[in-house]
Formats: sequence, structure tokens, C-alpha cells
Amino acid sequence: MNRIPNRQVICEVLNRHADSDRDIVVLCSDSRGSASLAPFADAHPEQFIEVGIAEQDLVSVSAGLARCGKKVFAASPACFLSSRSLEQVKVDVAYSNTNVKLIGISGGISYGALGMTHHSAQDIAAIASIPNMRVYLPSDRFQTELLMESLLLDDLPAYLRVGRNAVEDVYEEGNTPFELNRATVVHEGSDIAIIACGELVGAAKKAAELLEKQGIGTRVLDMYCVKPIDREAVIRAAKETRAIITVEEHTVFGGLGSMVSQITASECPVVVKNLALPDAPVVTGTSKEVFDYYGLNAESIAKLASELVK
Amino acid sequence: MNTKELTAKSFELRRVVLDMIYRTKTGHIGGDFSVMDILVTLYYRQMHVGPELVSDPNRDRFILSKGHSVEALYAVLSDRGFFPETDLLTYSQFGSKYIGHPNNKVSGIEMNSGSLGHGLSLSVGMALAAKMDGAPYRVYTVMGDGELAEGSVWEGAMAAGHYHLENLTAFVDRNRLQISGGTEQVMAQDNLDARWSAFGWNVLHAAGNDVAALDAAVEQAKACKGKPTVILADTIKGYGVSFIENQAGWHHRVPTEEEYQKAAAELGERMVNAQ
Repeated sequence: MNRIPNRQVICEVLNRHADSDRDIVVLCSDSRGSASLAPFADAHPEQFIEVGIAEQDLVSVSAGLARCGKKVFAASPACFLSSRSLEQVKVDVAYSNTNVKLIGISGGISYGALGMTHHSAQDIAAIASIPNMRVYLPSDRFQTELLMESLLLDDLPAYLRVGRNAVEDVYEEGNTPFELNRATVVHEGSDIAIIACGELVGAAKKAAELLEKQGIGTRVLDMYCVKPIDREAVIRAAKETRAIITVEEHTVFGGLGSMVSQITASECPVVVKNLALPDAPVVTGTSKEVFDYYGLNAESIAKLASELVK
Repeated sequence: MNTKELTAKSFELRRVVLDMIYRTKTGHIGGDFSVMDILVTLYYRQMHVGPELVSDPNRDRFILSKGHSVEALYAVLSDRGFFPETDLLTYSQFGSKYIGHPNNKVSGIEMNSGSLGHGLSLSVGMALAAKMDGAPYRVYTVMGDGELAEGSVWEGAMAAGHYHLENLTAFVDRNRLQISGGTEQVMAQDNLDARWSAFGWNVLHAAGNDVAALDAAVEQAKACKGKPTVILADTIKGYGVSFIENQAGWHHRVPTEEEYQKAAAELGERMVNAQ
């Protein structure tokens, strides 16, 4: 069982590059511990800026730094980064087109029992609706690493959301197919497609393995690039399988499920079922308890899939 | 340019603003006229900027945090040669990049602004970048006094004080009016000295429609070590045209033809008298 959370991988990549690239700057809002960025702050104090508990300032200061040539990574809990400072994201990052990579940590319902103030079940909807913002939800540590390496190469805004806990590997070390802004096929099949993002890709992959035993061929797409979404992969899934299930750690409105449904409705109508968090405060519990309660696990996905292809 | 020429320039550019607003029937004339002398001081006297320096990493940086005064900035940038004067004819017209708030697709404009309360934190980021790089450039921003009600201003103020950003100078265009009326009635802003001092700033006052006074204040700001400086610029909203001055109703009113003629005549007179 993997014990390295994706946030730790982000720190490792930044640490590795910061030695040779002095323009990399990391900002936190009293969040270096929860972002796993304390090792970066210790190793590169001159490339680390603390703004205190002030998320609006975090994002605007980041944009100012970026406008002066810095490659900025601003990390803060996804719940605050995507709502408290949303206007700064819209104006100073997206509209002014600054090289700021926003790292939303402890995303989705990672904080479990801390409740709705700390959940970020609306971040995809909020940030993806802003022109010039990209939204990425990597599925495991290997993909997180490749995504970070890729984002270091461009100078455009992006939002990247990772969870708090270590998640099981979806890929294998040294064998992680990755092309920026292209969905990764995790499992191949032509009866049904499961399109997932973030840390629920693991559950989708397991569901496909359960379905295989029932003789149901399942295509699993890792849509880590929620925006810009891989339209071609969605259309192919709609054409080449009988139904689509979307799975995400996000409210049912405005996330991956909405986007996939929009594409299929206009390009290739097919049954699309959205597995997501409800339009209601999330029940109290650990991530696993919450996922199980709302059917966001391998068994529930597989059950729905087998019903759909009956 | 000497002080007389700068003062004349400020009235000449107010006339450019008046024409833009009269022609297109849109704009924030009160704040434009209020802030003009600050812009003239920065762009003709103090800042290391120019059309030949737009990509120079060592250029000074400016953010118009009170972005609704963009007509004044356009007039200044055009006169300084950042873009042709004829571009001003497209101001606020269909498809134009010269919109009603600063847009960094326009030569000479660093950041988009218009939502109040962003400029100071953006400036903090720029000033921090200069310090990290050991670069000589300075960062300037102008906020409105009504804008100081935005909480994010004080997040930026706190960070600038914390990081001792002596390379950052902020102006408050203290004209004491905002769209609904007097600032002290809408949300009191007095004791600004104490507020900014408490956040670790060097606080200066200047007559805000007097280029010599503003120029002297910026010189003092540049000499201050270990602290950012705020220049509380006592201005008159609508300065330059008597019937527009000190009237909240002229926040974004468009002059009638008669008012336009009177305003143009008065600005012309004041320009001549200044020389």
C-alpha cells in the first residue's frame, strides 16, 4: 500500500527543480505543513513566501511575482483557495494571464469530519467556469509527478487539486502513460465506459476489474485534465461503448459529470450516469465512510455498470 | 519638464479625458481628474518607464488599483508614446482593447484591475520579486480612499509591512468622495495615519493636485529605508473644472454639450495660466 500522498510528490518535484531554477517561488498561507511544503521552505527559504492566513493576498501576491518573471506555485487548502480567493483567481491569475499554478490541497472531502467549511466539493465548477483557467485532478503519485513536470514547462495559469491522504497507485513506477490534456486509458473495454478524475480513478479501475469477472468489458478513462477536457476521448467512449458512468469527488453540478454530459448530449447522445457528491452538506465521516455512503466506491460503480449493460 | 510644464500637462491631459468621455458617453470623470496629477508626477518625473522599456526587467512597475480611473491612465500612456493617440478613439468601442478598466493587453499596463482591493497585494508580489532578484526597480500603486474599505487592502498592507518593502510606494487618492457620497458618511476613513502606521508603513501627506508636492513626497518615499511608504494625497475629485469639483454626482456623469464646452474652456484656461 502506497504511503506517499500526492501533495508530498508536489513538494519533491518543486524541491528538485528549485535548485537549478531560481525563478520557482512557492507561497503558502500558513499551510506549509498541510501542503507538505515545509521541506521546500526549509531547503529553499529564499524561494518561499509565507503570507499568513490571507488567501486573497496569497493569490494576488502570487500574480504580482509571476508578472515579474517568477514561476509561482501557491498552495492552500482547496476549500479556501477556490472560494475565498476566487475573485483574485479570476482577475489576477486568469484575466491577467499570470504564470501562477494554484495548488488546492486537502481537496474534496479530504478533511472528513471537519465539515462543510473545509470541503471543496465546488472547486471544479467554480474554477473551470473562469476563462483561461485549467483544472487538473491527478489520480495517483506517479501521475502527479508527471503532471507537475509538465506544468513546470508552461507559463500559463492552472489549478491543481490533490487530496490529503495517500491513495493507492493507479499506475506503476516507470510505466505511467501521460500526455498533457489527454485522458489516460486505465482499462480497456467496449461494453461500458467509466470516466473518473482525481483520487476516485482508483475506485473506477477496481470496478473495471470486478466487472471483468462478470464478463463486462469496461473502458476506464482517467480524466485528470477536467479542463481542458479531452473531448475526443469522451466522444470515442460514447460511440464505442453502450453507456458512460462519471465518477468524481465533487458536487453533481458543474464538475466532470456535467462536462461529459454536455459533450455527449451535443455530439453523441448516450446514457450518462453521474456518480458524485450530493447537492447537500456532506455526511460526517472519514473519506472512506463518506465515499461508501454515497456509492463512490468500486462495488457501487460496478453494480451500476452491470445494471446499465443488462 | 519643470513644475509649470507638468501642471500644464495635467490640464492638457484632463482635456483628452474630457473628450474621450464626451465622445463615448462613458467614463469616471471625477476620479480621472482627481488622480491626474499623481499619474503625471509618476510618468513624467519619477518612474523609469517608457515605450522603449515595456519589456525591460528593470522598468518600474505601476498598478492602477482604482482601475475605474483608466481614462486618465490612457491619456498619460498615449501622450508618453506607449500607443498612438488615435487608439484613444476606440476607447470603450466594440471590440476595443481600450476598455473601461486597465487591461494588460494595452502597452504599458502591467495588470488588469478594476475590482477594487487587488492592486496593493499585486504590488507586494512585484516588490518581493524585485527584492528576490536584487533588482533596482520600484513599484507604485494608486488606490482610491473609498477602496480602503476592501478588506484585501489590509491583507496587502500587512504583508508589505511584514516584509519591509521599502521599494513599494502606495498612493491614496484622498478625494473624500465615493459613488454614494462622502467617504466619511459611507465608511469613515479618518485616522489613516494611525491605520497605516500600525501596519508598519511610513506615512506621508501631500497636496494631491500639486505636482511639486507629489514629486517631493515620492523623493521622501525613495529615501525611506526598511518600510513601504503610503502617500496620502489630499485631492479634489473632479479637479480642474469648477462645476465638477467636489460633487459625488460627477463620479461617472457624462457632460452635456453645454457642460462639455464650459469644461473644455476652463481646462484650456487653466493650462495657459499654468505655463
